[in-house]
Amino acid sequence: MIPASFEYTAPSTVDEAVRALADAGEDAKVLGGGQSLLPVLRMRLAAPTALIDLGKIDEMRGVREDGDSLVIGAMTTHYDVQRDSLVAEHAALLARATDTVADPQVRHRGTFGGSIAHADSAGDLLAPVLALDAEMVVAGANGRRTVPASEFFVDYFTTAMDPSEILVEVRVPKHSGWHAHYEKFNRVAQAWSIVAVGAAVRVENTSIAEAKVGLTNMAATPVRARAVEEALVGQPATPDSIRAAAAHAAEGTSPTSDGNADVEYRQHLARTLTGRAINTAVSA
Amino acid sequence: MRISVTVDGTTYTDDVEPRLLLVHYLRERLGKTGTVVGCDTSNCGACTVHLDGHSVKSCSVLAVQADGSEITTIEGLARDGQLHPLQEAFHDRHALQCGFCTPGMIMQSLDLLADNPAPDEQAVRHGLEGNLCRCTGYQNIVSAVQDAAQKMSPGAGPEVERVGDEMSGRHQARTPATSSGGE
Repeated sequence: MIPASFEYTAPSTVDEAVRALADAGEDAKVLGGGQSLLPVLRMRLAAPTALIDLGKIDEMRGVREDGDSLVIGAMTTHYDVQRDSLVAEHAALLARATDTVADPQVRHRGTFGGSIAHADSAGDLLAPVLALDAEMVVAGANGRRTVPASEFFVDYFTTAMDPSEILVEVRVPKHSGWHAHYEKFNRVAQAWSIVAVGAAVRVENTSIAEAKVGLTNMAATPVRARAVEEALVGQPATPDSIRAAAAHAAEGTSPTSDGNADVEYRQHLARTLTGRAINTAVSA
Repeated sequence: MRISVTVDGTTYTDDVEPRLLLVHYLRERLGKTGTVVGCDTSNCGACTVHLDGHSVKSCSVLAVQADGSEITTIEGLARDGQLHPLQEAFHDRHALQCGFCTPGMIMQSLDLLADNPAPDEQAVRHGLEGNLCRCTGYQNIVSAVQDAAQKMSPGAGPEVERVGDEMSGRHQARTPATSSGGE
């Protein structure tokens, strides 16, 4: 099908984009990589009056270091995140999760920030950025502000951003030397996660010194498995102790029930996948 | 809005509506009907083309987003009446039944081989995750891609020279087929 008509602007700086978004009125939409938005427009599920395309803004692409953080431009493609040496070294969990997003063609166009701003509860980058305590830098008419991941995701497809704001970059504290894995469960190729788990652990000698675990699609927003994280600390990095800690993964969750999985099955998946994610992480 | 794109080596300048999808531009404006539309959901991959050296689903790109870019479609692979080794391999290995998914399968396979010139079966299946064959002829598609990989590998014969040039031009930032091993 063919999208409804819209005005199109492709600004070349963030400031221009913020102005263009304000000028375009309340029915405007920001276009990132377009891998979620364009299918929606084509199916006529949305008909914005204007698109502000961020594709020509060079300052929004790429990964750089800033002290103890990595700064990932919102328009960095999944493909580039997968292959970035800084991400591999300091935020391996993001690379592992990005590997599982959609398919190769979509990863060539789709962007890191686009996925986060879209905030699909089954999106694979939300739980990892939450687990790694990332911060979102958003730009609006009043300048820039920083929102921690723990406050950024509000509901299904809803973030703490105002419609007049643009996600510019994501600041991720360096987790150098941490072991990480993202374990995704779905039924067929390209399918969204039914449940997935992102885990990053720091091992000292043979014990787990710190652990961060984020759950995908166990709520309207990504959630931290805090009980698992606490249970892991100080434990030996062995399958038995990991399994015992992973048994806490579903505590406090109330996931949705749908055609793919009911509540109990999702909670079972959360426990099982958490065990697999941590085991794979520590054996890497 | 005025755009200028290079498609299969020829530069075109056209006025297009912002809502025009790249696949419709290729098919309806340029007559490049080798690239097909297989679904309305972005799942099938039949419309896969290369945009600045990377495979994309051309139903999920606006023509205006492609302004200033270089595009390669299935129609740009054969040279001087000579099929591309991937096209030959799909033919030799019976990697198609109805053939509708084939243009996308071949364009995605070419992208896969640019990243990984010698993929094992698992890697081929993973690399073609975004392409659906409703005849479910995946077995022969996988074997065709591996067959082509072998024929395109350095030192495999004169045909490689041509493919090597093509790939290093198209995938400059990536792994040119000619740069690894061999002579």
